[in-house]
Amino acid sequence: MQQLLFAIFTMVGGVLACVAYFFGTNFLLDKMFPSKGLTGAQASKNLRITNAIRPWLFMAPALFALTVYLVYPVFESVRLAFHDRSGQQFIGFSNFAWMINDGEFRQSIFNNFLWLLVVPALSTFFGLIVAALTDRIWWGNIAKTLIFMPMAISFVGASVIWKFVYDYRAEGSEQIGILNAVVVAFGGTPEAWMTIPFWNNFFLMVILIWIQTGFAMVILSAALRGIPEETIEAAVIDGANGLQIFFKIMVPQIWGTIAVVWTTITILVLKVFDIVLAMTNGQWQTQVLANLMFDWMFRGGGDFGRGASIAVVIMILVIPIMIWNIRNATKEMEGH
Amino acid sequence: MIATSRSPLLVVVHLSVLLLVALWTLPTAGLLISSLRDKDQLAVSGWWTALSTSSQNLTGRAAAPEAQIERDGKFVISGKLIEGGDAKVSAFGFRPLQPAAFEAGAVADLGEGQTLTVREDGSYEIVSPTKMEGTRGQRIFYTASVPPRFTLDNYREVLNAEGIGASFINSLTVAIPATIIPILVAAFCAYALAWMPFPGRAILIAVIVGLLVVPLQMSLIPLLRLYNGVGAFFGVPAKTYVGIWLAHMGFGLPLAVYLLRNYMAGLPREIMESARVDGASDFDIFVKIILPLSFPALASFAIFQFLWTWNDLLVAMVFLGAGNEELVLTGRLVNLLGSRGGNWEILTASAFITIVVPLIVFFSLQRYLVRGLLAGSVKGG
Repeated sequence: MQQLLFAIFTMVGGVLACVAYFFGTNFLLDKMFPSKGLTGAQASKNLRITNAIRPWLFMAPALFALTVYLVYPVFESVRLAFHDRSGQQFIGFSNFAWMINDGEFRQSIFNNFLWLLVVPALSTFFGLIVAALTDRIWWGNIAKTLIFMPMAISFVGASVIWKFVYDYRAEGSEQIGILNAVVVAFGGTPEAWMTIPFWNNFFLMVILIWIQTGFAMVILSAALRGIPEETIEAAVIDGANGLQIFFKIMVPQIWGTIAVVWTTITILVLKVFDIVLAMTNGQWQTQVLANLMFDWMFRGGGDFGRGASIAVVIMILVIPIMIWNIRNATKEMEGH
Repeated sequence: MIATSRSPLLVVVHLSVLLLVALWTLPTAGLLISSLRDKDQLAVSGWWTALSTSSQNLTGRAAAPEAQIERDGKFVISGKLIEGGDAKVSAFGFRPLQPAAFEAGAVADLGEGQTLTVREDGSYEIVSPTKMEGTRGQRIFYTASVPPRFTLDNYREVLNAEGIGASFINSLTVAIPATIIPILVAAFCAYALAWMPFPGRAILIAVIVGLLVVPLQMSLIPLLRLYNGVGAFFGVPAKTYVGIWLAHMGFGLPLAVYLLRNYMAGLPREIMESARVDGASDFDIFVKIILPLSFPALASFAIFQFLWTWNDLLVAMVFLGAGNEELVLTGRLVNLLGSRGGNWEILTASAFITIVVPLIVFFSLQRYLVRGLLAGSVKGG
């Protein structure tokens, strides 16, 4: 309880400090370069100075935080990737050489590519299907809310939920995991799903797909609503059926949004960590990069060089999407 | 949207959406129902049977021979196998391979003149002509039909004994300031990027869009080193709540600035120009006009940030530590998965406590969440 009070106190303090900073610096700026009550040239000169300084005052706290927490670490991680476990000794490409020869790393890369292939594709696919179908039924919004709901659940919470679904009891005893219960009901034998190499990756992916479909659905549903009615009406008049309209008229018009959804989920997949940690912690050949990196951060007292080099690999995989995003954003701003 | 009249196709649509909804909700429903079940029932039957009377094969042990009493020249041990009393025994046995050899009420011959009877209500009686010896009671196998039992005991247990209650407070301690503090910082920055012309603005915006996707993993090691350094320099612990609040603020800022800038840039220019004509400064305009108008965007971001900080595991593990005192809910849950992996009554109740707060936020503020998602993603395309 006490720490909660401390938290609320800090929160109020933090907000007040922000207000004080913004108000105070702004006040000082106006005092130092007054523009009211002065004449002509001096006033407009002061006005120019304040206008040049003020944006930076407004942005300073945010830019400082961004620099310390994101920009500096990127460069520092790259530097550390070329250093030994403590970050003191420069060792060139040794970390990367180790990586290429490390079976666990290769396993992680392979699994990450599997995740990249499957999760964004299926999440987007299900999201699109749900978005298109729920638009036509009266209880569509309820359905959407329920499918969107897993978005709010933490990866760890979702892992527990699905671990319960996958729960395994020896053959013959009653299964309490629903997946094995269904398998048994259809005459199959129960399996410990998490321990079947290769396929267990897919059982982990199901969790992320389950979470992300709602996200894809929300975005794609809005995009579908934005399609001009006329194009669809024209297709109906031409005698197109529902499927043709969907695939030939609607989907092509929202390719841009599909790409955004796809890339957003791709980024998330590259960082997937909690699910693997909670479900298998990389056992049974389910290791992924983010979990491997976390592992090396603390394994044997922590190997910062190897950890950082794995982080750099994740970063390199993200860069193409980053460039694509920046290009899109700049294009859009020019359009304004 | 499409002029679909009532057709067989519509039935297919209804059915397929129903199927998808079922697939998406059943796992969570299973967790919730299980967390409310009696832990003995939870361990032996699926949650989908929660409402039906379940037939369970159980094992019990009679009281030890020292409890025997002498009655009519015979030695008798009696008692009840089932506490509580709603259950009905249908069959029993005393050999593991024949757990249901006798019907309830029948008399089973244990050999040496001893007999065992288990009645339907679960009471048993062992009768022996001679004094019974030994220290352990007779094992009795029985089949009982147990009516469904729902209870909050699981929740009581995890809140008190498993540290979930303390972790709940820790999670709140992390999430509340980490949600509120970045908002003001981001809002000022967003306003400058949206409405104050200065050289380098376009580049700054591009940098922030780039930072949106920088993986957290890049930040962990340098920041851990930085925190350790700062901690050692000032002689304070490296893992503190202040540290994690600032970390969450730093990681949340790109999205906050991006969302808010997009929203503010969409506000009508005329409002600001007329205010400026009236002599208002940028500061006045921001505080009195922009901030109130941006409420929907601020709310969207606040929800995102709250969900993200509450659900976060990685940042908390690295910057707050994995000690028993400072574990947040997600971390506690991971620990329980390791230590109590088979105790589903504990896991389900704990998991539900960790997800209930985000679910409340989700259901009450869904509108803002959707709006924020749309502003954050569609614009990029």
